[in-house]
Amino acid sequence: MKFADFFCFKAVIPQLKAKDRDGAIVELVNSLEKPAKLGKADCKKIIKAVIKRENEASTGMGKGIAVPHVKHPATKDVVAVVGLSGSGIDFSALDKQPVYSVILLISPVDDPDKHLQAMEYIFRHLNNEKFRKFLRQCQSPEQIEDLLREADENPSL
Amino acid sequence: MQAGQDSLEKTVFEATVKIKNADGLHMRPAMQFVDIASRFESDITVSNTENEVDGKSIMQMSMLAATCGTKLRIKAEGTDAKEAVDALRELVELRHFDEPMPNEKKKQ
Repeated sequence: MKFADFFCFKAVIPQLKAKDRDGAIVELVNSLEKPAKLGKADCKKIIKAVIKRENEASTGMGKGIAVPHVKHPATKDVVAVVGLSGSGIDFSALDKQPVYSVILLISPVDDPDKHLQAMEYIFRHLNNEKFRKFLRQCQSPEQIEDLLREADENPSL
Repeated sequence: MQAGQDSLEKTVFEATVKIKNADGLHMRPAMQFVDIASRFESDITVSNTENEVDGKSIMQMSMLAATCGTKLRIKAEGTDAKEAVDALRELVELRHFDEPMPNEKKKQ
C-alpha cells in the first residue's frame, strides 16, 4: 500500500483555519465530502465519531503529529487526508506538545486488515524525522502531493 | 539499588505470540501494549517478519500492522525480562486486548 493508493490529494489542507482539535477534524472531514463522495449527512456522523474516538484516547502520538481515525460504513475503501497548522493545535498529545500535521484516516468497518496496512504505511513514514520535517514545511496542496508521491517512490526519503 | 546485589542480573527472555482479536493490533491495543511494556525496566522489542520495533514506542508499534492471526516475537532484556514477557503475552493471547475474536464478532 502506498500514499497514492489511499490519500485524497485533492482534499489536503496546507493551512488549517482551525485553531483547535475539533475544528481541525471538522475541516478535514468536510474537505473529503466531495472528492471522497461522502455526502453531508455522513460527514456529520463521521465528525462525531472521530471526535468520540479522540475523546477516548488522543491520537496525538507526539513529535507534532496526530492521526485521528475512525471506521465508518460511509466509505468502502480506506481514505486519508492531511492538514497542516503553522501555529500548532492542542490535541492532548502524549508528549503534551502542539500538533502541526494532522492525518485523518477513515476506514471501512469490514476490512480491519486494510486499516492496519494504511496505518503501518503512514507510521513507517512518520517515524522518519526528515519526512515529518518536510511535511510540516509544505505550503501548497501541490507540495504535499509531491512529497507523498516522492515518499512512495523513495521510502528512505 | 543496593551494593553487592549481583543477583539482579540482566536476562533475556523471548516469546512468540499470536494476535487473536479480530481487528488486530490497531492503535488502541498498541497503546495498551506500550502502557504495560513501559511498566518494566527491561528493554522490549517486538518483531514481525519485516521489522523490529521498540515495544515502548506507540509510533513504532503502529508500524507492525499485525492483523488477526499474525505472529509477533516479543523480546525483553533486563532484570525483569520474564515478568515483562509474561505480562505482555497475557495481554495479547489471554485477554486479546479485551476485544472480540473473529468468531465472537460475527455474533454481534
